[in-house]
Amino acid sequence: MKSLKATGHQLAEPAFQLTVLRQEVVDTLHLPFFHEKLREASLFPLAPVAPAVLQVNVGKMCNQVCKHCHVDAGPDRKEIMTRATMQLCLDALAQADIPTVDLTGGAPEMNPDFRWFVEQLHALGRHIIVRCNLTIIVANKKYHDLPEFFKAHGVEMVSSLPFYTAAKTDSQRGDGVFDDSIRALKMLNAVGYGQEGTGLVLNLVYNPAGAFLPGSQKGLQEQFKRMLFKDHGIVFNSLFAITNIPVSRYLDYLIESGNYAGYMEKLVNAFNPVAAAGVMCRNTISVSWDGYLYDCDFNQMLDLKVASPVRHLRDFDAATLAERAVVVNQHCYGCTAGSGSSCGGTTA
Amino acid sequence: MSDNLLTVPSRTYPSCSPSASRLPVEKTYYNPADLAQFGNVTEWQADMGRKFFDYYGEVFKDGALSEREKALIALAVAHAVQCPFCIDAYTTDSMQKGADEAQMMEAVPVAAATKGGAALVHGVQVMNKAQEQSM
Repeated sequence: MKSLKATGHQLAEPAFQLTVLRQEVVDTLHLPFFHEKLREASLFPLAPVAPAVLQVNVGKMCNQVCKHCHVDAGPDRKEIMTRATMQLCLDALAQADIPTVDLTGGAPEMNPDFRWFVEQLHALGRHIIVRCNLTIIVANKKYHDLPEFFKAHGVEMVSSLPFYTAAKTDSQRGDGVFDDSIRALKMLNAVGYGQEGTGLVLNLVYNPAGAFLPGSQKGLQEQFKRMLFKDHGIVFNSLFAITNIPVSRYLDYLIESGNYAGYMEKLVNAFNPVAAAGVMCRNTISVSWDGYLYDCDFNQMLDLKVASPVRHLRDFDAATLAERAVVVNQHCYGCTAGSGSSCGGTTA
Repeated sequence: MSDNLLTVPSRTYPSCSPSASRLPVEKTYYNPADLAQFGNVTEWQADMGRKFFDYYGEVFKDGALSEREKALIALAVAHAVQCPFCIDAYTTDSMQKGADEAQMMEAVPVAAATKGGAALVHGVQVMNKAQEQSM
């Protein structure tokens, strides 16, 4: 499977995705505009709070090609953050009190300067989260020591596992991904991740393998814990239930399968003002591989840069960024449905 | 080309409209779009409606049984009462609560076996009646 970009698909273009989301293509679908919903909830314009997370997308290269990927990541994607841009991140962190750095991709570990960056962030004393797809750990011998590396730098692991069975996991993430993920989870458990008393945090991410919303995070977590331990002896800390956002390959899946309108209606009907007040974009600054700034990783993939004179790391200024309003669009319904959704799970 | 087709240069997408597969309402008793209107049945009897939906919400909460188990029970019942709305709703609900295909398809035969058994157990009545009238 190739990325949308590699196949020349029109949905690889952020501008075209936005025309679909703004209902300029499907004129039979009439959904309220997200900013109007926010206005009704007295949340528009959406103001940021003090930034708690700098989420850095270090590149779109990945060893997997998942069907739902909002990044359109894959082995054929060559966009990768340079060490110079990583240095700009470090410079920004040195002047801003942002306690957590969340590294994502693609598979962030495939960036040749990934380990250097983690070492620098660790030296700065920041809490580091790595969004690891698990399979990268077993993909090549050079990655087999990643669990030890993560442990040495106190990294919090956040790893996708859409289900505790192979069929559903592989249907979303590719053949063999479940078995490789189980192997990687066992390696992480072996160095102490997810084990009580070690302080090494291993969180899993559940996102539905289809056109439906996630159920109760608590119920899913109980079920995942029971089944992963029973079938594989695997332990982990928390499960984050995340809603699939209609962007890029997931948007393509929705349209291809005839689920687009129904899914968007579900999201709109499930709009929850409490979840809207707690969206992650209010306390997150997202950085792209080339150093531009966004309110979240989804806006990044839609090329919706921050509404601020500061749009690139080289001009980083926390005070100026604090004056911006968060950029919203129709895909934002994904984070405000039901119990809400963020990179850390539910928000309401 | 129909308005319901989303066309891009590289391909033609299938229909994106929820109304595309809908038959004219006067041609069928069951309209999938009516499921979304379920809550509106309270309009003419607001008090009773509110009480029903309060109860409904309470029934499906996590308790001695998990939300997932309750969704699977509802899915089986949906088949027993052969309600297309319920099958639609509780298939999605079961998946949302974390049930997979195998679990759902173990729930459906529970309904089939119970309904089949309910028919078959009356065979005892046949036997009783027949024996009663036989020499």
